[in-house]
Amino acid sequence: MNENTKNVMIIGGGIAGIQSSLDLGDMGYHVDLIEQEPCIGGRMAQLDKTLPTNDCSICILAPKLSDCFRHPNVKIHSLTQVQEISKNGRGFKVKLLKKARFVNEDSCINCGLCVEKCPMKVLDIFDMKMRKRKAIYIYYLQGVPAVMAIEKEKCLYLKNKNKEKKVCGFCSDVCEHDAIDFSQTDTNYTLESDAIIMASGSNQYDPTPLYTYGYKKFKNVITGLEYERMISASGPTEGHITRLSDNTHPKNIAFVQCVGSRDVNTNSYCSSICCTYSTKHAILSREHDEEMQSTIFYIDLRAGGKGFQKYIKRAKDEYGVKYVRGKIAEITIDENANPILHYEDLDTYEVKTKKVGFVILACAMIPTRNSGKLAKVLGVELDEFNFVKSSIDSPVNTNIPGIFACGSCLGPMDIPHSVINASGAAAKVSEYIRVQKGGNHG
Amino acid sequence: MDEIRIGVFVCHCGTNIAGFVDVASIEEYVKTLPHVVFTQRNLYTCSETGLLAIKNGIKENNLNRVIVAACTPRTHEPLFRGICSEMGLNPYFFEFVNIREQCSWVHQKEKEKATSKARDLVRMGVARAALLEPLEKFQIDVEPSTLIIGGGISGMSAASVLANQGFHVIIVEKDTELGGQLRNLHRLYPGDMDSQKMLSIREEILKNPKIEVHISSKIKNIDGYIGNFDITVLKGEKEIKFGVGTIIVATGTDVLKPKGLYNYDGKKVITQKELELLFKENQFNSKNIVMIQCVGSRNEERPYCSSICCMTAMKNARVIKEKNPDAEVFILNRDIYTSGTYQEEFYREARKMGVIFTRYNESKLPQVTEDSVIYYNESLKEDVEIKYDLVVLSTPLVTYHEESKKLSKMLKVPLDEFGFFLEAHVKLRPVDFSNDGIFVCGTCKWPANVPESISQGYAAASRVTRIISKDTFTVEGATAWIDQEKCIACEICLKKCPYKAITRDEEDRVIVRTVLCKCCGVCSTTCPEHAIDIRHYKDNQVESQITALLEEGEWIE
Repeated sequence: MNENTKNVMIIGGGIAGIQSSLDLGDMGYHVDLIEQEPCIGGRMAQLDKTLPTNDCSICILAPKLSDCFRHPNVKIHSLTQVQEISKNGRGFKVKLLKKARFVNEDSCINCGLCVEKCPMKVLDIFDMKMRKRKAIYIYYLQGVPAVMAIEKEKCLYLKNKNKEKKVCGFCSDVCEHDAIDFSQTDTNYTLESDAIIMASGSNQYDPTPLYTYGYKKFKNVITGLEYERMISASGPTEGHITRLSDNTHPKNIAFVQCVGSRDVNTNSYCSSICCTYSTKHAILSREHDEEMQSTIFYIDLRAGGKGFQKYIKRAKDEYGVKYVRGKIAEITIDENANPILHYEDLDTYEVKTKKVGFVILACAMIPTRNSGKLAKVLGVELDEFNFVKSSIDSPVNTNIPGIFACGSCLGPMDIPHSVINASGAAAKVSEYIRVQKGGNHG
Repeated sequence: MDEIRIGVFVCHCGTNIAGFVDVASIEEYVKTLPHVVFTQRNLYTCSETGLLAIKNGIKENNLNRVIVAACTPRTHEPLFRGICSEMGLNPYFFEFVNIREQCSWVHQKEKEKATSKARDLVRMGVARAALLEPLEKFQIDVEPSTLIIGGGISGMSAASVLANQGFHVIIVEKDTELGGQLRNLHRLYPGDMDSQKMLSIREEILKNPKIEVHISSKIKNIDGYIGNFDITVLKGEKEIKFGVGTIIVATGTDVLKPKGLYNYDGKKVITQKELELLFKENQFNSKNIVMIQCVGSRNEERPYCSSICCMTAMKNARVIKEKNPDAEVFILNRDIYTSGTYQEEFYREARKMGVIFTRYNESKLPQVTEDSVIYYNESLKEDVEIKYDLVVLSTPLVTYHEESKKLSKMLKVPLDEFGFFLEAHVKLRPVDFSNDGIFVCGTCKWPANVPESISQGYAAASRVTRIISKDTFTVEGATAWIDQEKCIACEICLKKCPYKAITRDEEDRVIVRTVLCKCCGVCSTTCPEHAIDIRHYKDNQVESQITALLEEGEWIE
């Protein structure tokens, strides 16, 4: 690395962090991309299709993952978290913690022999806990870096490491590349960076506290992200729409909007993306089954993005999706575990019920707890909803000079918006650094 | 010539392909084809695991041609070509066969036909691969400067970021001053920032020695290519010519004038924009105000949602309520669009302040009479009459259609059905055009509010910086090539080329300016002397595919 090369740290390897990394890497900056999971990709990697084009999500993301991985100026730090930060002139010193992977990243070829032998089954977080994986695993099939990781808390060998007799260790025995390294430990290291971008993303609201919807109580009531994994070909049911109560295939699905959003008791804001992603779900459901009947229950239909109104028209005209204005008051079930929705139809002002085979709750996008912790470490101010606070005249700046933000840590937003302000944050970083250098370009 | 050794990688794409095409049989079939020395199936060829498999395949089998039978070159060709380069193989020895879009996706209900078509396509790919020739990409110099067309908030944001980094920026603005639509606004939501405060960026722009501003100016002509565009600007009568490396389109939008709608007269029935002007000039004194949303949008003619009008109406309703809490403000709407965090809060506050939101149905539009608005209230199931002294119509942002059309022709970039500029990829390349070196931001590509327009300006600046922070840019090696022995200089190709890539050189020969060539093939097909070859799509390469298809193909009705 040239000693004049400037360093940028990007925290979060979702689509926003990836886009910032690629832009800055192309500009000639050295980028340290920090990702707490074993692989980059973020939420977009979990999605089946993207709207309004219904492009396969991972198919358009995968080239970006590879670009990031092979970019000469981008270094991916997986399983890594920010611990501490201090000022260093106009830049920063950042102390990082890299969790042990117990797999050597340079030798693992992701052949999967170890996975076959591993006896420990663990709920797969990437698949929204809808299936089990092994204690040694690849985070997701197309994940980058494409190497295994061992979940320390679940690994038989590591749990019994201090016992006299060796327990398990089959993965190590079977690995032809000597990639398993049980001696790895968590490590601390410090990096210097001239600017930072926070791209720590968002979570899905857990609707369990909204007990009237019966999530977790009724098996046939699931969340939007769970459904996303379900309809994904690489997901837990290999793309088959399956009721969790009896493994049958529903013919009638209800999509409930504003679950945990536009609700002063949970999150008072609008989550922005749900009206259109439920429309996508309804369209895809019909593509999976020609006879599928979908109904979307909403308060206001919010579809302002490019091509979104057309998408909704397509859903109505070509896919027979029904839109009903009305907030669901309660969900009950019948003796066959069919959900029954109770609601007021706001077009006719009548109280009605509707029985369906399956219910998908369009849950709010919420800030991640880790974003909150990270903001605290960085000294970044949050808004009243715990998203990173920005202002209308500087939409990607934080309160700390030299620290910028992009993607859904700034608030609920879709992929194009995340990509736009990811590039925007990259521009502001470059401006920050070059002005510092004197801004001379001949 | 070395022995031709073709490796074919058949992708499952999860179940995207494997769910409908019998990929195992494809692999078996490929093995029987000439020159194929290696085949493999991968769950996802584009994953790092799949890429490693290609690398090992090349290394272990001495492959000199690589075929991936998978998805679309639009998203994945650069990746696979890059892998070939990494392994020391000329990237033009890579051949893509699309068995997803062209087979599994379009023939989901006819698996046998999907498989048989995939067999045909792969056989054609193998035939072509054997005849591929190595090509070199080449480097062109890049002028480290940018032309920004349009001096609204988006264009100015881009200009400021670029100039602060030391790059030369030229803004061309058709109006007599910078500022765009921001000049017409009174306050900005949320926080009620005065739009004048944000407009102060204009002074920064004008003071910045790196930024050159041409007001009252129009683009007359654009020539050239990434790194070296030649621009002609018409400033009044005067023509100004200069060169730039990149271009940002930030031409903005107009607000629809609702002529003929709801008795619009600009006095008692006005638009939101006109209302803000009344505020600015302290001319506002109405007490009974009815606002109507979606006027001229979300209808047959303009089926899009302009996304900013609900917030604009609320912002102005709040101003009215602050001035006079006793004023009655109704907002007749179809769906309230306040998506995002602070927007919903803004809506809640407006309701608290006493603004009345009531819904109308698109099948029964409200009627504006001399002194009242009549609309059908669905909960009461009857017509309701509201007396007014001012009706405010919320009209959408609409494109400067004629100007956009001209500009799109000059830049050779597309517009959508409404006249908005069409970006390269709605999801992942939201401020790029597919033409290299040209970018887009702000409302000329879709309705956006102020912070979104600023972000887009920054984003365009980032995409520009990637290019102009380097001295050179690498361009595609696959281009047209004219055989001077055969050329009779009839100039048919020169006239037909949609990219103006064919020209006369100093020796008066007809030649291809390779940097401009997009390899579309128009010249080659129109040449009466067969003097033009399209490199990478040479006649023998294409013919080999056709022959391969006809040799064994089964005709599918």
